[in-house]
Amino acid sequence: MNRSTDSKYEQDDTAQSDILMWGRSLERTYVTGEVSVHALRGVDVSLRRGELVVLLGPSGSGKSTLLNILGGLDRPTGGELHFETQDLTNANDAELTRYRRRSVGFVFQFYNLVAGLTARENVSLVTEIADAPMKPDEALDLVGLGARVTHFPAQLSGGEQQRVAVARAIAKRPKVLFCDEPTGALDSATGVRVLEALERVNRELSTTIMIITHNVGIGDIADRVLRMSDGKIVEETRPGRARRPSEISW
Amino acid sequence: MKRFSALDTKLLRDIWHMRGQAIAVGIIVACGVAIMVMALGTLSTLRASRDAYYERYRFADVFASVRRAPENSAAQLREIDGVQTVETRIVRLVILRIEGLEEPANAQIVSLPDDGESTLNRIVLFEGRYPEAHSPREIIISNAFAEANGLATGDTVEAVINGRLRTLSIVGIGDSPEFIYALGPGTILPDDRLFGIFWMRRPALEAAFDLDGAFNNVTLTVAPGTDTKSVIDEVDDVLAPYGGTGAFDREDQLSNAFVESEMRQLKTMARIIPAVFLVVSAILIHSILNRLIQTERQQIGLIKAFGYSRWEIAWHYLKLAIAITAGGVVAGYALGFVLENLITRLYAETFRIPDLTWRIDPFALVVSAGAALGAGIAGAMSASLNAASLSPSEAMSPAPPVNYQQRWLRYILQMRWLDEPTRLILRHIFRFPARTGANLFGVAAAVMLLVGTLFTFDSIDDMLDQMFFRTNSHDASVTFFEARNDTVVEELARLPGVVSIQGVRDVPARLESTFRSERISITGLPQGGDLRRLLSESGTYVDLPPTGIALSSQLAAMLDVTNGDTVTAHILDGTRPVADLPVTAIVDEQIGTPAFMDLAALNTLMRQAPTVSGAFLKLDPEARTAFEESIIQRPGIAGVSLRAAAIESFEETLQETIYIMMAIYAVIGGAIAAGVVYNAARISLTERGRELASLRVLGFTNQEVGYILLGELALIAMVGIPIGCLCGVGLAHLIATSMATELYRIPVSVDPSTLGVAALIVLVSSTAAALFVVQRVRSLDLIAVLKTRE
Repeated sequence: MNRSTDSKYEQDDTAQSDILMWGRSLERTYVTGEVSVHALRGVDVSLRRGELVVLLGPSGSGKSTLLNILGGLDRPTGGELHFETQDLTNANDAELTRYRRRSVGFVFQFYNLVAGLTARENVSLVTEIADAPMKPDEALDLVGLGARVTHFPAQLSGGEQQRVAVARAIAKRPKVLFCDEPTGALDSATGVRVLEALERVNRELSTTIMIITHNVGIGDIADRVLRMSDGKIVEETRPGRARRPSEISW
Repeated sequence: MKRFSALDTKLLRDIWHMRGQAIAVGIIVACGVAIMVMALGTLSTLRASRDAYYERYRFADVFASVRRAPENSAAQLREIDGVQTVETRIVRLVILRIEGLEEPANAQIVSLPDDGESTLNRIVLFEGRYPEAHSPREIIISNAFAEANGLATGDTVEAVINGRLRTLSIVGIGDSPEFIYALGPGTILPDDRLFGIFWMRRPALEAAFDLDGAFNNVTLTVAPGTDTKSVIDEVDDVLAPYGGTGAFDREDQLSNAFVESEMRQLKTMARIIPAVFLVVSAILIHSILNRLIQTERQQIGLIKAFGYSRWEIAWHYLKLAIAITAGGVVAGYALGFVLENLITRLYAETFRIPDLTWRIDPFALVVSAGAALGAGIAGAMSASLNAASLSPSEAMSPAPPVNYQQRWLRYILQMRWLDEPTRLILRHIFRFPARTGANLFGVAAAVMLLVGTLFTFDSIDDMLDQMFFRTNSHDASVTFFEARNDTVVEELARLPGVVSIQGVRDVPARLESTFRSERISITGLPQGGDLRRLLSESGTYVDLPPTGIALSSQLAAMLDVTNGDTVTAHILDGTRPVADLPVTAIVDEQIGTPAFMDLAALNTLMRQAPTVSGAFLKLDPEARTAFEESIIQRPGIAGVSLRAAAIESFEETLQETIYIMMAIYAVIGGAIAAGVVYNAARISLTERGRELASLRVLGFTNQEVGYILLGELALIAMVGIPIGCLCGVGLAHLIATSMATELYRIPVSVDPSTLGVAALIVLVSSTAAALFVVQRVRSLDLIAVLKTRE
């Protein structure tokens, strides 16, 4: 069972309440001058509550475009997108901002911390605008940085900065966490610590997590792996968390 | 032919990319240059036109009035060493009756020779001809007076000449270099409607004023290189027996002194105001280049790695500053020409100089360009040298991250009630103190400049208030031809409409202190009179001391004396007594450099019976017309000036100028604020765009991100505006001091509303600039930030 098809989709997702968000026939076309680039060519995708999904694919396969659309940073040019009961297909700027603010957490490849704020303050920045956030220190504890809350980004290592970013992303208790190459800028050992943090968040808070990477090895820690190529999901596998983060390396 | 080197192409692209900021800096440079071009250009236009006028129409070098000197005494004057030409004349103030004019107008009648044209202070004739030889009725009138009253050749005017009403017919309209700035009695602004100059053949005047074979005024020219002071002394010696009131040179000639004082103001303006603009532009260029070099670090490393020298790198960035500044200079020239044209036209209405049209002053162009480019280079210097000194390997690695840790700041920022965006703003402000300081300076400079220029309008109000209300509470003042027995005061008191009256006596004198000497007029006032009052320097009323002399603070400063010192008074009238007088009070006067004495004490000093030379009157408003009718028919009255008319004409004259100048100041002050804020916001946006976009991704709204971007500037404005107000008051003092002359002093009174207006202009213009930038927050690329490294 490694092809993703409509029938499969219907079949697997009988328990509708288990589905957090889904997209059908998603398309995204970029038009620059006379050239059109089809970044997504009809993608069907769904994320279940509490699921850890890894999205694999080479550069240009469309995985970032898909993440941008799922994360409310961009709109599809075709198809439909739903989050819980909300239709995001034609959401305007303000609605997307609200969606990101309430429901989504992001972890970026290059951390994107605010240099002028300490670790704790970076987290507070987000908890201040959230409805029912955890305490910043609690979030930092969760990623193993309880002792470094008063450090500025410039005083932290890359892996530590990324874990602050993870803490910042989860502190507002988002329903879904999108991580774009979270280990891309890190060496193997530090990357593993970040993945451990993500895995722990997923386990303890039941946050749905989608990790984009082109690092095939990371797929082994996921419930489900989607592989993209040429703007389509071409393969779906279910490693079922075959390995723990500490057991992988690259 | 090679067109542009690769580096120059990059330079042009850099400028294109930062065109918003380049334009902001360019505008500020342009304002500075424009004001310099305008002030220096107008100055040189004014000076050149005036000098040509003086030369061509033979403006005299020395002037003297005398009661009645026989014509043959002129021969003695001609014999004085260095004297070239002597022309004797009769000069008298007369009262006019003009059809359709309610208030009494005055004219200064100046005699023309029996036949032909005057030798000195010649008339430039715009229309008509000279009066026929010996004609008792024909006159030439001054151009401004003709224009203001709609008079033309062929019209007639009625003048009360020595108590008799005469009809004079206008045969010519002209001007003379003696009356570029024509002031009526007791005024400081020309009122062309109520004061004019009449030129008339001498015989009729000799008869009318009992000056047969005599003169009461003389003007002279001296050979180049002659010491005018010694000529003046000798002239005084010759004229003293005939009632000479002291000769003076061009420096003290009223019209010329006003022109000089205006030129001095232009000089001050050209010096102080552009400097503020250029300093701000230098600071902006500094911050822009610093930022640019931060962004281009890696490119600089690469270019150096290719083998470009340090000097080439430094020159590259200096050229960028020069290009931006040069753009501002060119725009400043254009704006300066427009302003100069405008100001010259305004001047042409006040200063009656033929051919007063603006011209391009090469000196102004060179100086302003030099100053602007100098400021631009100075601003670019440190950033360019920084770029030049980067080592290629260092430059090609990313800049070290900014360390925000500051121990002392931590305690402040631990305050619980601060939200993170605010904490971020505060940390940013304190983390970059130089930049914060520069922005603070920019905002403060804008406010300072506005306060330092707009205060003049408060000062004018204050001057009017003091001149027309606080010190002078009379409705009319009357001047006699000659000092008269004070019984005339009682006679005048019986005229219709007179509520109260007090006599006054003006006596020409020279006051001497240990090292200084000034020719002034001593005013004698009766004790207890309330129509002309004195103010202390703190603005409270003071009583006229019964003994000694009260000096205006400017005069005291000129003589370098204070309360309690003694001055020697050489009276230049009557028996010319000399007396040592203790300085018994220092009083606040804004116009001229007067001195006051008790009227009785002054008459005792003159060894004369109670005598007055004029009077102040309080009138019943209902009976004003009756008073005017009767006063002009009395003999011996040289001039009448009415306060209501004076206030009206003052406001009328100033209104237009005030609005134009206000608008210019508001625009340039606003330009500084807008330029500074726009620039700061742009730099902040480039520098933190990634951070702000990340926050947008995290769910912050455009408004919240705008708050982080602009909160810092808002805070800077909140602090900068009060600082600017304080500095503005300082600038006002500086400007007032450097513009003060013997003719008048600009009181520094800054009304709170002026501070409010300045703050408002700065707030509005900087908010507009900030909003212009903040709309770019909407176009932040949210997707790119996920993928790029800083």
